[in-house]
Amino acid sequence: MKAAIFDYVRPRDLAEAARLLADAKGGAKLLAGGQSLGPMLNLRLARPRLLVDVARLGELRGIEARDSAWRIGGGVTHAQIEDAAGRLPGAEVLCAVAAGIAYRAVRNRGTIGGSLAHADPAADWPLALAALGADIEICGISGARTVAADRFMKGAFTVDLAEDEVVAAVSVPKLSGGARWGYYKFCRKTGEFPEASAAALFDAERRSARVFIGALSGAPQRIPALAAAIAERGAAACTREATEAAVTAAAPDLDVIDRRMHAAVLLRALQQVVRA
Amino acid sequence: MAGQGIGSRVQRKEDVRYLHGRGSFVSDMMLPGQSEVAFLRSPIAHGRIRRIVKPAGSEDAVFVRADLASVKPIVAPSTLPTYKLSGQHPLAHGKVRFVGEAVAMCVARTRAAAEDIAERVEIDIEELPPLVDAHAARADRSVRVHDDWDDNLFLTINYENGFEAKAKEAAVVVRRQISLARQAMVPLEGKAVLAHWDDRADQLIVYSSTQTPHIIRVGISQMLGLDEGQVRVISPDVGGGFGYKCVLQPEELCIAWLAHKFRRPFRYVEDRREHLVAGANSRQHHYALTAYADEKGHLLALDAEVTVDGGAYSMWPFTIGLEPGQATGNLPGPYDFRGYRCRTFCVATNKPGFLPYRGVARTGVCFAMELTMDAIARAVGREPWEVRHDNLVAAEAMPYNNVSRKHFDSGDYRKSLLLAKEKIGFTAWRARQRDGLPDSRRIGIGFATYCEQSAHGTSVFAAWGLPLVPGYDQATVRLTADGGLELRAGVHSHGQGMETTLAQIAHEVLGIDLAKIRVILGDTGQTPYSTGTYASRSIVMAGGAVANACKTLLPRFVAIGAHLMQCAVASARFADGQVVGPQRAVLLRDIAEAWYLRPERLPPDVDMGGLEATVGFRPKVDTGVFSYASHAAIVAVDTEVGHIEILDYVIVEDCGTMVNPMVVDGQTMGGAAQGIGTAIYEESPYDANGQPLASTFADYLLPGPTEVPSFRIYHLETPSPYTEFGIKGMGEGGAIAPPATIFNAVNDALRPLGVELAETPLTPRRLLEALSRAKAPTAIGGKAA
Ligand SMILES: Cc1cc2nc3c(=O)[nH]c(=O)nc-3n(C[C@H](O)[C@H](O)[C@H](O)COP(=O)(O)OP(=O)(O)OC[C@H]3O[C@@H](n4cnc5c(N)ncnc54)[C@H](O)[C@@H]3O)c2cc1C
Repeated sequence: MKAAIFDYVRPRDLAEAARLLADAKGGAKLLAGGQSLGPMLNLRLARPRLLVDVARLGELRGIEARDSAWRIGGGVTHAQIEDAAGRLPGAEVLCAVAAGIAYRAVRNRGTIGGSLAHADPAADWPLALAALGADIEICGISGARTVAADRFMKGAFTVDLAEDEVVAAVSVPKLSGGARWGYYKFCRKTGEFPEASAAALFDAERRSARVFIGALSGAPQRIPALAAAIAERGAAACTREATEAAVTAAAPDLDVIDRRMHAAVLLRALQQVVRA
Repeated sequence: MAGQGIGSRVQRKEDVRYLHGRGSFVSDMMLPGQSEVAFLRSPIAHGRIRRIVKPAGSEDAVFVRADLASVKPIVAPSTLPTYKLSGQHPLAHGKVRFVGEAVAMCVARTRAAAEDIAERVEIDIEELPPLVDAHAARADRSVRVHDDWDDNLFLTINYENGFEAKAKEAAVVVRRQISLARQAMVPLEGKAVLAHWDDRADQLIVYSSTQTPHIIRVGISQMLGLDEGQVRVISPDVGGGFGYKCVLQPEELCIAWLAHKFRRPFRYVEDRREHLVAGANSRQHHYALTAYADEKGHLLALDAEVTVDGGAYSMWPFTIGLEPGQATGNLPGPYDFRGYRCRTFCVATNKPGFLPYRGVARTGVCFAMELTMDAIARAVGREPWEVRHDNLVAAEAMPYNNVSRKHFDSGDYRKSLLLAKEKIGFTAWRARQRDGLPDSRRIGIGFATYCEQSAHGTSVFAAWGLPLVPGYDQATVRLTADGGLELRAGVHSHGQGMETTLAQIAHEVLGIDLAKIRVILGDTGQTPYSTGTYASRSIVMAGGAVANACKTLLPRFVAIGAHLMQCAVASARFADGQVVGPQRAVLLRDIAEAWYLRPERLPPDVDMGGLEATVGFRPKVDTGVFSYASHAAIVAVDTEVGHIEILDYVIVEDCGTMVNPMVVDGQTMGGAAQGIGTAIYEESPYDANGQPLASTFADYLLPGPTEVPSFRIYHLETPSPYTEFGIKGMGEGGAIAPPATIFNAVNDALRPLGVELAETPLTPRRLLEALSRAKAPTAIGGKAA
């Protein structure tokens, strides 16, 4: 279980990283925290000719406040976000989500950009950032572009990213004072990927809600009907029947046991949001 | 020096190097010119090898069975009736019989380069129908794991003792189907072996991560056709054994062969994927039990059909007979009943060959028996602890010969259960259970009691007619010139703390400071012969030998000491680590100095054996001494998602006289953590093609620190009448009862919902499936026929 042979470079900046990726024509892979890529290399499931190590690129490492959003570099680790608790007003949810990823050793290295690019269906960031309405900043040889987080992941381990592109940052809108979020995942043990997960955002003043479920066969799924019902009726809309129906509609391929688990998890996320 | 002997909680001598990361494992070793080996393993569960093509340019770096023609296959005979032989070749020969079976070995300077070569080896295998399910394999004779057999049965055991007569008296009959998943043992360190040829010693030196260096030496010399004197096996630091490393491994033979043939060092280190795939070799039993009881729940008779999914090969030297034999013999558990019938089938399937995992069969039999005990309690409408209590062998009945002719030496089984019930706070939890938890999870209370044959001796193993029968153990002790002690034993220590506990026994007899006692283990070149460390035997057998060897030196000390004091030998005695005469005393250091450095001071008739002795030990009754324990758990069951949380866990154990209670606690905790793995997490599933579905830790879950509760451990101490100091073995016990305890607790919680689970591990999916199958809340009561 040792990796097949590869070359390794540590580019000076993002532009060089993009160029290296472009030149390799699909034969290169970015290496960030290595927490997903490492095992894939060792199992020889990934066999790039070239590894482009961006783990130490300063351009990817910042956390900055913008007017209405927090901009988090793609190379920021889960641990850095976890440790920012108390210093991210309007985005405390990110600290809570980060603290629940894997365990500390993985969080010390794993990055938000790597997690989004890897796109494991059960991962935390694709779900949380979709629910929060975040944007993803992408950088390639021909410039930068932005994609909404809930459109970036196309399916299991597939994202909207060209061969030369890097996840440069995510931009997470600051929540208003009255907004509440809910995040619940069920893992068989601490540090495991979840069996079922759900995220919800509810702004009672603006009467708006966003609800997503994760740990499905593909990307996190939006639950628009339930979001609308909660925006309308609040706690009254959060019932077991409603979540069962919503899960069935959003993920019809689930068997009865998975449906039951996802519905229970969704209900718990919603209850966090509507609880007075 | 006070408080270092038997019963002292002294810190472990070995922990200094482990905690500083200075242990020396095979993976740490690097010899000049060393090559690394990667095995190419079968991707197919069952098939006939048509062709293996070595990659062009790397022909010299690839070896297949034909290249190792001089190496004998591993064949483990047994005289048990119906037992069939299965030859396991060091590399697959003719057929492959499980996914992960080694087919070729590839050699290079680095492991990665060896894997590059392995990728380029072409293997052409004609697929045969795989035998994946033991029941199906038993029924089907048309496809066979071993072509020269006429069915797929390694062994069938029929046991009967007083069954019909006792069953007739029963008022209540309870039937259950109970099963355990297949598991890997997952030691921190997997297999690892490094061998080289030492021209000066004219010896093959084999470093192997093994529990049993002496028997591996016997095995390598037999299978490779070398004189035993030409083989030295050294087991350095070993990162856990659990039974995985107590048998001769094909990889050991392969690496030894390479080093012998090419006269240079070769190393193989198993990786985690290899372990999870080729090491999925334990626990998988199925039980169909019918229990016959009176209206109060007193067990009268037990009828059992046990199926062991034996995998493809029988291991050397203990044979696969160990597992069905232990299952049949130990199923009656710690209970007092007189009617027993058991048919046990050990079935060959296309999976890795069964190995004896910590607890050997007893985790399975305890699971089956204890779930049945709870089922009986429900059928008669009594508390499970109460029915269990009434069925346990009473202390007054000891020593007790049970229905399967096991001889229980001593203990108060009932007391352990009552103490566990008290310590877990049974009455308070029953009340809380009625009120319910605020978060709507269901509370359950579970108990399990077992007794465990430890330190079996010759008569047990000889009855199975093994190729190599364990018996006595020996230890060598030597007082050094500065008054320290060197202590050598052929067992090994891989987590058990024996460098400390064997020293404590020597200290108990000789009074030498523990810091001055060096314990040397794991090297056939340095230690007397022993079959090694397994079956909870080492502290009894090697500990007994250490005590005997130390005692042998005492009269020699007294004779020299008396001479130095110029008093009569009869007027001197050994006490508190010195020889005491009428006027004064001499230290061991003085005696040592006289023997080694100033022999002119010795008495003229001094014993030429000197200050060194090798002495053996065999228990007075060698059928094993029985440790036992009662476990109690409180669980909270989340019926929405299928999650189980262990809220509290109490263990009351009795392993006779404790040499070091802290080490006993540690062994108990480690075992119990593995038992929780069996109960809730660990499983090596296979698909219909015999493909293993859990090949990384993403799919094979182990309990971690957050899943293992803080066990509350209590000790009883009933000495064994048959061993030195009354010590009993206890290395395995912790792993035996947790699955039974946790399932009984979960079933207790779910009883109002009409749900009863009996299949490990208790995954969320299994739990939710059972809940959705449950019909009426009364279904359980109705099950008792
Ligand atoms: C034991 C364990 C448990 C885990 N549990 C969880 C969990 O509970 N929840 C969870 O969400 N995750 C979990 N993870 C995954 C973890 O969060 C990883 O950190 C994450 O999936 C990948 O981030 P990374 O920085 O390590 O990326 P890497 O492994 O270095 O790379 C992953 C992929 O992303 C690409 N990539 C990396 N950075 C970028 C970038 N900036 N732009 C574009 N592509 C990029 C790489 O080329 C590669 O294809 C777990 C991992 C482990 C080992």
